[in-house]
Amino acid sequence: MALLDIDNLDVAFDTPDGTVHAVNGLSLSLDRGETLGIVGESGSGKSQTAFAILGLLARNGRTSGSIKFDGEEILNAPPKVMNRIRAERIAIIFQDPMTSLNPYMKISDQMAEVLMLHRGMSKKNALAEAVRMLDAVRIPGAKDRIRLYPHEFSGGMRQRVMIAMSLLCQPDLLIADEPTTALDVTVQSQIMRLLQELQAEFGMATMLITHDLGVVAGFCERVTVMYGGRIMERAPTDPLFGKPTHPYTRGLLHAVPRVDQGQETMQAIPGNPPNMARPPKGCPFRPRCAFAGKDCAVMPPLEPAGDGRVRACHRPVEEVAA
Amino acid sequence: MVHDTQRMDAIAERMAEDEVAGRSLWADARSRFVKNKAAMFGLFLLIFVVLFALFGSHLAQWSNEELDYNVMGVVAQEGGPSMANGHYFGVDELGRDLFARTVQGTQVSLAVGFVGALVAVVVGTIYGATAGYVGGRVDQIMMRMVDILMAIPYMFVLILILVMYGRSMIALFVGLGLISWLEMSRIVRGQTLSLKNREFIEAARATGVSGVTIIRRHIVPNLLGVIAVYATLLVPLMILTESFISFLGLGVQEPLTSLGALISEGAGTIAYGTIWQLGFPLLFFCLTLFGFFFVGDGLRDALDPKDR
Amino acid sequence: MLSYSIKRLALAIPTLLILIVVSFVLMYAAPGGPFTSERELPPEVLANLNAKYGLDQPLWRQILTYIWGIVTEFDFGPSFIYKDRTVNEIIAQGFPVTLTYGLLSFVVAVVVGVTLGVVAAIRQNSVLDYFAVGISIGAQVLPNFVMAPILVLTFTLWLGWLPGGGWQGGQWEYLIMPVIALSTSFMASIARITRSSMLETLNMNHIRTARAKGLPERRVILRHALKPAMLPVISYLGPAFVGMITGSVVVDVYFSTGGIGKAFVDSALNRDYAVMMGVTILMGALTIFFNLVVDILYGWIDPKIRY
Repeated sequence: MALLDIDNLDVAFDTPDGTVHAVNGLSLSLDRGETLGIVGESGSGKSQTAFAILGLLARNGRTSGSIKFDGEEILNAPPKVMNRIRAERIAIIFQDPMTSLNPYMKISDQMAEVLMLHRGMSKKNALAEAVRMLDAVRIPGAKDRIRLYPHEFSGGMRQRVMIAMSLLCQPDLLIADEPTTALDVTVQSQIMRLLQELQAEFGMATMLITHDLGVVAGFCERVTVMYGGRIMERAPTDPLFGKPTHPYTRGLLHAVPRVDQGQETMQAIPGNPPNMARPPKGCPFRPRCAFAGKDCAVMPPLEPAGDGRVRACHRPVEEVAA
Repeated sequence: MVHDTQRMDAIAERMAEDEVAGRSLWADARSRFVKNKAAMFGLFLLIFVVLFALFGSHLAQWSNEELDYNVMGVVAQEGGPSMANGHYFGVDELGRDLFARTVQGTQVSLAVGFVGALVAVVVGTIYGATAGYVGGRVDQIMMRMVDILMAIPYMFVLILILVMYGRSMIALFVGLGLISWLEMSRIVRGQTLSLKNREFIEAARATGVSGVTIIRRHIVPNLLGVIAVYATLLVPLMILTESFISFLGLGVQEPLTSLGALISEGAGTIAYGTIWQLGFPLLFFCLTLFGFFFVGDGLRDALDPKDR
Repeated sequence: MLSYSIKRLALAIPTLLILIVVSFVLMYAAPGGPFTSERELPPEVLANLNAKYGLDQPLWRQILTYIWGIVTEFDFGPSFIYKDRTVNEIIAQGFPVTLTYGLLSFVVAVVVGVTLGVVAAIRQNSVLDYFAVGISIGAQVLPNFVMAPILVLTFTLWLGWLPGGGWQGGQWEYLIMPVIALSTSFMASIARITRSSMLETLNMNHIRTARAKGLPERRVILRHALKPAMLPVISYLGPAFVGMITGSVVVDVYFSTGGIGKAFVDSALNRDYAVMMGVTILMGALTIFFNLVVDILYGWIDPKIRY
């Protein structure tokens, strides 16, 4: 049985400008200890998927479909059920460590409360455990610095604190929502290396959400590519990078500067991501797609394409991958 | 007098952006304002109150000074609102027509509100823009002074001034003007500081435009939104302040009157059952305040629609 | 934290001195003041004044004497009207009354306002929320001098439940209307500020983090949201305090509670400048002291400004 099983998930938001369909009919699953990358531009629905798993959507969000965690349905589960799962079994790291930590509380209090709540530890034991975890994420002088406030840390250090906090209960699943986007480039690679080491050490399943293909390549076993709230393509990492079979994946790969291929192959995908309040009919990528035809006005289904790969495109594999 | 400084910042921010982008913020704002029901209702109230103040005296059957000897002494029984004897709002304790008095009180209250807000706009803008533009030590000293003045319970000082220098309209204007500009200057100074380092200001400075011209041509126009919103919200505060003083019997003197003074008179006589003497001035007081508050809030939301 | 508090204190002292000097100069320059010959003061009063300030001394000496008296002995000098009463005696009579219902009003405004605001924010768009929003909009036009007659009209004249005024040593039925009249508009403002600030806070990223930790909603609000949401409310407490001190004058006049406000208005009508100044300075000192407390409270909550 898969650890996480998402089936036909819809997430929509009611706004004054109309209903925004952030996620449409998304299905994916994740096994214990597995690393899955979810890649897409901003607005592709990848973060909203993560929030839906933990029940953290904004108030105007509506969901339907199913999310099963360890066999238990957790989509729209009552707060009591969710609070037992959050941090304890599914933990999350957010994009912006600057604002995601509580600026008015010492790190020590923010970390200790997790253990006191889920493990019933005393404050003293919780603090000792928190310091151990800060050591594990390589924060020098953790014993003293745990008494500081978030603003007294640098961005990279803050994200390390955030990671340490998420691992306190040794969750089965860690969701990392753009963990390096808000950081300096040099710090980004340090954080990714740290995450990789921790993943190997603790063995939790990890869902890495990012718009950066480079980050995914070194980290994930499988990659799901999202666009306009839908899955475009999903495949094990190597085949996906080696032979993208979806026009959008191709476009994404071409938009990444690669040292080994020279400058001229780098090109951005023309056009802008769709306005999700008024998404295009059919395949959401159609307006920007070089391969698009009339049949794309109907959303193609996700279909297997060999090598554990699924894709949603009307064009044959050979045409796109050529 | 608390105003959401962040919202004010947001407005100024947008205005500066739009100057750069060359878009028309005011046109957008107008269409948003027109769609805002509360704001339009407020505008309707304001127009009604202003028309009442301007032309009400033409409708009145009595002047605000003459005494109606028919109802004198039997005000509680005969002095109520009546179409028959032309006292639409009844008469006051002395037998004067309350309709005419309310018209006069509304005029005075509106005048006080507008003059107070005007002083705030002029003094506050000049003071704040100067402090923000010059910066450095001058700014420090100027704003420290504002801090100090703001920490003083102004109502007591205002009454002190009114008592010592005579309770005239002029003294009232001066007294209100002395305090009204403080918060305005703070807001304007903050905005000026952030505008000062924008490219278009630096470009002007680099080409040798003088400080005064830069403030007048580039900074103040970008602050118009903030100033308009703040001034609109300041008018009712000035009216409240004046009414407070008049309620204590320390404001404008007879034969002049204001809504506050009329409320005070009405409040003093409710025990005799002459409720209209409180009711009508109170009604116009509330309409006026609601009008300004709704229009001010609507203006703010129209200029900075972020959280709508 | 300590140096921050000292800095705040360093600003408070000159503020108070400036207030004293400004009031004294205003009085000195006022037409019909005690220091001009326009007005005939009773000879006994003049003698009192002369003994206190030395009227033949230059202005700065008189100011210094006045300040010195306030700082060392808390002495505001003799009255200009009553030959046998000092300003201190007049103030001491009304001050405890003002303090009693003033503090009570302040507590009511803060407790009710914050509770209403928080509940409205948590139950956004519920009936309770609309009720809270409605009250806070309506109360904008219900300052103390409007509330007072409306209360008397309702509870004294129509319903006959409460006495229309008086103090009687502060018995509860004499306290109710003054406290409601004084606190309503501030309660409404506090509720409005709390509500919008709480709504904003609940959308912040660190609240999402707190929820992701599996904390129960109650704990998320009390432990993580309340502090930041209170910051704008705390900034408003200073102005609210000034507003209430000022409003106490109306309460004293309208409800005859016998507080210090009545002494102020009487002295204003009698042109007893010494009492007016004494009250103004005392209220100014209270305000400045209170602002100091608020500043320190603010610094205590927000670690970023404790420089």
